[in-house]
Amino acid sequence: MESYFVRKLIFDEKSRSLLIQTLVIGLFALFIYLIAQQTAYNLEKRGISSGFDFLNISAGYDISIRLIPFTSEDTHLRAYFVGLLNTLMIAVCGCFLATIMGFLVGVIRLSSNWLFRNIAYVYVEFTRNVPVLLQIILYYSILLHLPKIKQAIEIFDGFFLTNRGFFTPSPIFKEGFSIVLCSFIVAIIVSIFIKRILKKKQEQTGKQYPIFYINSALIILTPILFYYIMGRPLEFDTPVLKGFNFKGGMVIRPEFLGMLFGLSIYTAAFISETVRSGIIAVSKGQREASQALGLKNNLVMRLIVIPQALRVIIPPLTSQYLNLTKNSSLGIAIGYADLVHGFGGISLNQTGRAIEIMLMVMLTYLTISLTISLFMNIYNKSVQFKGNA
Amino acid sequence: MTAFSNQSLMRNKYYSWIIKNLFSSWVNSLMTVVAIIFIYEVGTFFLNWAIFGADFRTNFRGELITDRTLCSKNISPGEFGACWAIIYARWDQFMYGFYPIEQVWRVNFVYVLLPLAIIGILFDKLPFRKYFIYFTFIYPFLAYFMLYGGPGLSVVGTNKWGGLLVTLFLGVTGIGLAFPLSIVLALGRRSKMPIVKSLCVVFIEFIRGVPLITLLFTANVMLPLFLPDGVNPDNLLRALVAVTLFQSAYMAEAIRGGLQAIPRGQIEAAQSLGLNYWQTTRKIILPQALKIAIPPIVNTCIGLFKDTSLVLIIGLFDLLGIGRAALADMTWTKLYYEVYVFISLVFFIFCFGMSRYSLYLEKKLKTDNS
Amino acid sequence: MERVIQLEKVNKWYDDFHVLKDIDLNVQKGQKIVVCGPSGSGKSTMIRCINRLEAHQKGQIVVHGTELTNDLKNIDMIRKNVGMVFQQFNLFPHLSVIDNISLAPIWVKKMPKKEAEDIAMSYLEKVKIPEQAQKFPGQLSGGQQQRVAIARSLAMNPDIMLFDEPTSALDPEMIKEVLDVMIQLAEEGMTMLVVTHEMGFAKTVADQMIFMDEGKIVEQATPDEFFNNPKSDRTKLFLSQILNH
Ligand SMILES: Nc1ncnc2c1ncn2[C@@H]1O[C@H](COP(=O)(O)OP(=O)(O)OP(=O)(O)O)[C@@H](O)[C@H]1O
Ligand SMILES: [Mg+2]
Repeated sequence: MESYFVRKLIFDEKSRSLLIQTLVIGLFALFIYLIAQQTAYNLEKRGISSGFDFLNISAGYDISIRLIPFTSEDTHLRAYFVGLLNTLMIAVCGCFLATIMGFLVGVIRLSSNWLFRNIAYVYVEFTRNVPVLLQIILYYSILLHLPKIKQAIEIFDGFFLTNRGFFTPSPIFKEGFSIVLCSFIVAIIVSIFIKRILKKKQEQTGKQYPIFYINSALIILTPILFYYIMGRPLEFDTPVLKGFNFKGGMVIRPEFLGMLFGLSIYTAAFISETVRSGIIAVSKGQREASQALGLKNNLVMRLIVIPQALRVIIPPLTSQYLNLTKNSSLGIAIGYADLVHGFGGISLNQTGRAIEIMLMVMLTYLTISLTISLFMNIYNKSVQFKGNA
Repeated sequence: MTAFSNQSLMRNKYYSWIIKNLFSSWVNSLMTVVAIIFIYEVGTFFLNWAIFGADFRTNFRGELITDRTLCSKNISPGEFGACWAIIYARWDQFMYGFYPIEQVWRVNFVYVLLPLAIIGILFDKLPFRKYFIYFTFIYPFLAYFMLYGGPGLSVVGTNKWGGLLVTLFLGVTGIGLAFPLSIVLALGRRSKMPIVKSLCVVFIEFIRGVPLITLLFTANVMLPLFLPDGVNPDNLLRALVAVTLFQSAYMAEAIRGGLQAIPRGQIEAAQSLGLNYWQTTRKIILPQALKIAIPPIVNTCIGLFKDTSLVLIIGLFDLLGIGRAALADMTWTKLYYEVYVFISLVFFIFCFGMSRYSLYLEKKLKTDNS
Repeated sequence: MERVIQLEKVNKWYDDFHVLKDIDLNVQKGQKIVVCGPSGSGKSTMIRCINRLEAHQKGQIVVHGTELTNDLKNIDMIRKNVGMVFQQFNLFPHLSVIDNISLAPIWVKKMPKKEAEDIAMSYLEKVKIPEQAQKFPGQLSGGQQQRVAIARSLAMNPDIMLFDEPTSALDPEMIKEVLDVMIQLAEEGMTMLVVTHEMGFAKTVADQMIFMDEGKIVEQATPDEFFNNPKSDRTKLFLSQILNH
């Protein structure tokens, strides 16, 4: 009887699977329990308190790069948000720049000119085979070697390159600028409608309309028109050298620029590869086929190759965005006050709440990553759905 | 006569290649001109900086450079070339960190044997491959004994390790330890048991969702909190834990791709012969899946190798860390470009080599299957 | 006569799709049974249930007096005694022909390597391709591959062989070489359950014909009766289609 029971437990597919899973979860729970206990003991022995109450204590340090006001009296929680915003800012700007550069390089890699192709190839191989951290540090030291403020290089009127950052005019929005902005948005909406209507007409009558040019003109010209109608409601405050520093304007710090260049130059190399392979993947048979149908070459590129290539490109592109966002945590190496540097570094040192802080930081990144992948999956599904329909 | 026509044919071939790739239209020709100017400008600048106008061990007056003030560019305003003397001066540190200089032969020994330990894994048609693979398994123990010391060899603590030694140690050991772990994770992720599967999924997605630096911080700060008093892993070991976990999650995803590519019929055939789960996995599925997965695995290894540079943030002296330490030294400070270009070159050689190997494998896979 | 396979009221569902409906089947030792029927009728599913590549949900399957349940030990035992040959051969592409065949004897029967390879060679001779022993599956023709697959199954010395459309992935000129091997096997007294549309083979070899449609066994008869005097209309229709083809 007993041996029957044992036999059933070990050799029955279902009970064996249950047994294994119970064991696994038991071991896992034991592991967690042991660690938790040891940690509690260690914390107590070292007199480290725990809990999230530290979030309401004033941080006691300054953050020079910030999107929202912050002083050393503000709380650690606020420091967290300052860091988070800085992380998001560098991630968004980095992705934007990396995408433009990546597409550009990707297309150059397919250029008909052998030299252009290979210059792009050398760029790609050199940037993607050198650690991004090293590149960030390298570009940052180049920026720090720019001339001092007194010898600032003026590249355009009001734009100065110095070792303390990039000084640019700052915009001042006057009354009426919101109307210009609205006109711009309205123009975009109208152009979408125009596109739909003309597309339908094109399908019905077969007549071709220069949709792209009509819409570009609409989107560009409308806000310009309103800009003048409203009496030019935008002015710039130009930085002027006064003594040892610039007055007016705004400054983009070398830490930010170092991160921006490092992240986007590095990621652009990877993006260019996905762009290149995406275009190759769709244009091989398809392009010839559509050329045979008598479409003009640039039309072929726009109507068939690019939209289809995008479908192939977007999934790996998103994972590059994810990588860039995660790599933005390297700001600590050059003093860019992102989440890891400010909150995860200085706050941690000041409060000693390693577990709580690392947990918050990791969960934040995890949330960002999962959100991006979620949108990715939704997008993928919608693309697949369209593909099947 | 035939020789002549052959020659003209050849010339014709080059000629048409040039036309097609460089001067096919006036836009193309313009691009060629722009590119040539660009290459010339950048190339001459770089070559002058790095080689022709550079100091190696001596400056333009022929003096041995012992500190930065003796670099040509710091003596004469007309000079701008690189001052490679810093690399010579710090060579031992770049290679071995702070390893005692009279013991450095041990590190060299390990370096020299490394290719022998790896070559058996890389090339499946190698003669005597079996023996190379045996060596691959002996190597880690041998290397550990040689580097760390033990009976007959003086102990050199890991706090003395640095430079390329730390970079390679973290890269190679991290990959080596992550490999078996990643196989378990990949198999677990495809398991039919919901609990096993979800544990693997959560682990993999968690690791892939956070930056490596947070894992390094966690290992560095929290590992001592998690462990009893007696067990206190040193900094290098903590970093190794983080790096291994990190790499295993990425490798597991690469292997999962390989597993998915194995047709169901393979498993069914094995089952119908009476092979059990482990036999089927070991003899039928893994050999095929890993073969397919090697190129993506190598790509994750390239990523890891570059990422080892992050350990400088937690205070370890890898190549980049040693470089920064050199720059922090008043005798050599400010020679940023020399140091960073040199380190970039080292990383480039390793990573580019690996990426070529991965390409070679991909091509080989394609021809094997056709 | 000894009953080696016994199916009683076997039912199987894929989610809510009813694939096998109350299947009853008895196979006696040494019997050769040929199963035919339209595509999707559940032939493959039925024979895959016999070595539990698929699990049935209702009814009873008894092989060699052992009932197939979740008990993994029983499943292992049955799989050792039941060989199976697939439509797509399913040879292991990373192993040479001889390794493909000796794999299971070595790992399942724990045979010494040398002995297993001798056995493998003897079965390769039986399927008439001993000279291909060192090649890899990718280097063989379809017919050769299927013969290796048969040898691989035989090397476990099973007393029952299941065949799931062994010739339908083959070019016509290779079908005969595979069928010849199967006929030889039948002559040696192997118990065989064969899903096939090769009616010539069925007429020479089969003791019993089974016709399946929509998950049911519609007709079971001797070949003589089955071909000359089928009872059900569906069988008639199927036969007229397949024989005129
Ligand atoms: N894994 C599965 N999941 C869901 N449905 C399945 C699965 N396998 C088979 N089926 C369905 O079960 C039915 C029977 O399949 P089976 O393979 O047994 O048919 P068959 O008679 O062997 O056909 P054929 O002659 O085409 O091989 C088919 O309708 C098939 O679509
Ligand atoms: Mg079938």
